[in-house]
Amino acid sequence: MKKITLNVNGQQHVVAVDPETPLLFVLSDELGLRGPRFGCGMAQCGACTVIMRGQVVRSCVMPVSAVGQDEVTTLEGLGTPEKPHPIQQAFIEEGAAQCGFCLSGVILTAKAVLDTKPDASDQEIRDALGGILCRCFTHTRMLRAIRKYAEAIRA
Amino acid sequence: MTQSRREFLKSCGALIVSFSAGSLRVLSAQSQGQFGTHPSHIDPEKLDSWLAVGADGIITAYTGKCDFGQGIFTAQSQLVAEELCVPIDRVKLIQCDTSVCPDQGTTSGSQSTPTNFNSESLALAAATAREALLGLAAVKLGERVEQLTVADGIITSNMGRYVRYEELIGNKHFNVLLSATAKRRSSRDWTVLGKPIPSLDRTALMTGQFEFVHHVRIPGMLHGRVVRPPEMGATVVHVDEQSVRSVPGLVKVVVRKNFIGVVAETQYQAALAARKLAVQWNPGPELPSHNSFFDHLRKQPSHDVLSVDSRDIEAQLAAASHVIRAIYTYPYQMHGSVGASCAVAEVKPESATVWSATQTVYPTRSIVAKLLNMPVDTVRVIYVRGSGCYGLNGADAVSFDAAILSQAVGRPVRLQFSRQDEMMWENFGSACVVEHRAGMARDGSIVVWDREDWVASLGNRPGYDIPGNVITGMLLGYEAELPEPRSAKAPGGKFRNQSNTVPSYFAGCVAGGCGGGGTIRSERALTHTVRSPFFTGPLRSPLRIQNTFANECFIDELCAHAKADPVAFRLQHLQNSRVIGVLKAAADAASWQARPSPMANFSRAQTVSGRGIACVAYEGDNGYAALVAEVDVDLQTGTVRPKRFIIALDCGPVSNPDGLRNQTEGGILQGMSRALVEEVTWDNRRVTSVDWETYKSLHLDSEMPTVETVFVTPADRPATGAGETAITVTPAAIGNAIFDATSARLRDLPFTPERVKAALLADRGARA
Repeated sequence: MKKITLNVNGQQHVVAVDPETPLLFVLSDELGLRGPRFGCGMAQCGACTVIMRGQVVRSCVMPVSAVGQDEVTTLEGLGTPEKPHPIQQAFIEEGAAQCGFCLSGVILTAKAVLDTKPDASDQEIRDALGGILCRCFTHTRMLRAIRKYAEAIRA
Repeated sequence: MTQSRREFLKSCGALIVSFSAGSLRVLSAQSQGQFGTHPSHIDPEKLDSWLAVGADGIITAYTGKCDFGQGIFTAQSQLVAEELCVPIDRVKLIQCDTSVCPDQGTTSGSQSTPTNFNSESLALAAATAREALLGLAAVKLGERVEQLTVADGIITSNMGRYVRYEELIGNKHFNVLLSATAKRRSSRDWTVLGKPIPSLDRTALMTGQFEFVHHVRIPGMLHGRVVRPPEMGATVVHVDEQSVRSVPGLVKVVVRKNFIGVVAETQYQAALAARKLAVQWNPGPELPSHNSFFDHLRKQPSHDVLSVDSRDIEAQLAAASHVIRAIYTYPYQMHGSVGASCAVAEVKPESATVWSATQTVYPTRSIVAKLLNMPVDTVRVIYVRGSGCYGLNGADAVSFDAAILSQAVGRPVRLQFSRQDEMMWENFGSACVVEHRAGMARDGSIVVWDREDWVASLGNRPGYDIPGNVITGMLLGYEAELPEPRSAKAPGGKFRNQSNTVPSYFAGCVAGGCGGGGTIRSERALTHTVRSPFFTGPLRSPLRIQNTFANECFIDELCAHAKADPVAFRLQHLQNSRVIGVLKAAADAASWQARPSPMANFSRAQTVSGRGIACVAYEGDNGYAALVAEVDVDLQTGTVRPKRFIIALDCGPVSNPDGLRNQTEGGILQGMSRALVEEVTWDNRRVTSVDWETYKSLHLDSEMPTVETVFVTPADRPATGAGETAITVTPAAIGNAIFDATSARLRDLPFTPERVKAALLADRGARA
């Protein structure tokens, strides 16, 4: 066990865990966050996605000790039910979910790519989503929501 | 004139209105001790089992049909709001908790809508409640029921007097039985049901607030992992507990027969212990070769069932102008939920609670009781949504496992599978072989069709008493449901087509009359169910998708032989008006050009395009769909790219058009993934498709076609299921479109580039 300080969604937390613990387990079990979820534990599906330094990270394979001082943003860090982030709002408007288990990967990856490159083409957005799996196959609605958000930030 | 109470009671049939002092709140209180006897302590005949009006005017409804992403939570809330004439936000729906909800068996098989949205169960309860409230209001206001109107939970007389629901019965029991004569509100008057109400879980999902079963946390909770055998049939020789002594936080290694699990203070420690635990196993039996599996399947002893047999097949085939044969194969496929299954159990000496994503809370309660050796009425199972399931993923097994671990350590345990635990041991969708023989007349019509299929089967949903149907039960020494070898009896009773074994074009004549959808009277459908080396179970459109793939591609082969248009040829052999309805609607919406397949002039381009159609009467009478697929095929790489799908769907009145579109789009695209890439693989010892590298699924970077959905809603028909209809026709429509584009017939799923190239080569060889 080791005391580790984490910056998550604008708040500082101190946790006492084995430093090898995957960041995901700390977010879920120590901080009680529901956004990032365990899908595969092998960085193959994206359900555990968080954003660090503007990049998407698979929290299921990142040891908590490797996070350092970097701010971690999870799905709930974007917006709240009362005030959703515009990309969350686009997903709400398009009804772009079925079970919704995969949403951290979908929403955060799309946000990260459009933050870096607001004029990213559909193809570039899709390429960025290569590691993301949705088994309900809500693909069409999700891409429509992402496009809607992209158009809004470009306007 | 005031209707007397007696007259009101008379006019409402058996309705007995009385008041009791009991507060409705206790209905949901665990301490009430409502646990009774199997199958359900909650009497579905009583209105109070389904519905309660709070003092605050909130309508609480209890359902045994749960939402795992298909939208039934929202649709059921709409139903209750509609029948009670209140806004949807005044409805609170409690789903699938064995302490408060009626036992509605399994949420599956596209049965939630037919069961809860027509004239029984939840729909009848809501209609009964509205009529009971009107009756109470009539008494209170001294008016006749006919003089009352209801809106927004307020009942108003034509004299302008009014009373609110909660003033009539707030927090009190109705104490009435469901009234078989209670009238549903006409779909013409609907203001909430039938409308595209945004799904109620949306905002919570998109903002990361939604509680999945993975998020259930109980004070004092520990974390578990299971240690599964390396292969099917392996048995424990020795568990070396010393091997995990160094793992910090380890609480216990739990061994029961061949079941092994570890419990630790944290998830990480549990995962570490599971990985480090040294177990010596006896090997299981060698597996049949994957490459020749379908030949193997056909040679095994089997349980045989004739769905239909006109007993003139051989004679008719001998007399036919032309006989066409073909063999279709369908691989094992996975539910492959994106989230590894998870459950939380709190087992105490006197009671047990399991938070579970099972689709079967009551059966799960019975199995948990059996495995823990506890009375069934001391076990409570509370449904909490998991990752999308599509049938029988690991949700049941993980619930049993968590309960066993919790009992062993005497503390609450949260158990989450590893990806491999999930994918190696779930109940796969069955592998099948279908062999068709059909005889055609000189005029190109079908005169005889014989169909024989072999289905691999082992286990199923555990139901109330067969734990061995999933991996946990087998490890604990319980037997799975097995196909007992026996020869087929003559088909008797009423014609049934539950698994869509029988093509829509058969007349379906059995002792009880002709119930098929078509005109072919020389017909036989024989099913051989064979023991599977792996667990199998219901995967979205179980056997219906396998059978429809084979049936709807083969009719296309017959059609091509007759040089007929695929829509016209189907219509020629159909008589089911609803299948005809969707077929015509899909063809219209797709601007279908009538001509035979394949295309007359093949382009020399590298990429060719084609269109294909397929249709089904799901389960014979539980929803109707016709799908047109437009695909591109790259002749050099063998890659198939669906570009556009147009589906016509008839499921009676639609509860939520937006929800149904979402389900339909998802069904088609999931069907496309299953048609193009999905297949369980194995070597001679074990399943080898155990993660997302080895089991393919179309990720979000895949090029996705457009999907256009047309609803066909004939008047005055009951609501049918709709969640599985679209996926059922997808592989066949794609296969037929590939044939149209290339003249190569793909008979083995999935349509991998290698298979497409091989079929192209074979086709060129045949035509050279």
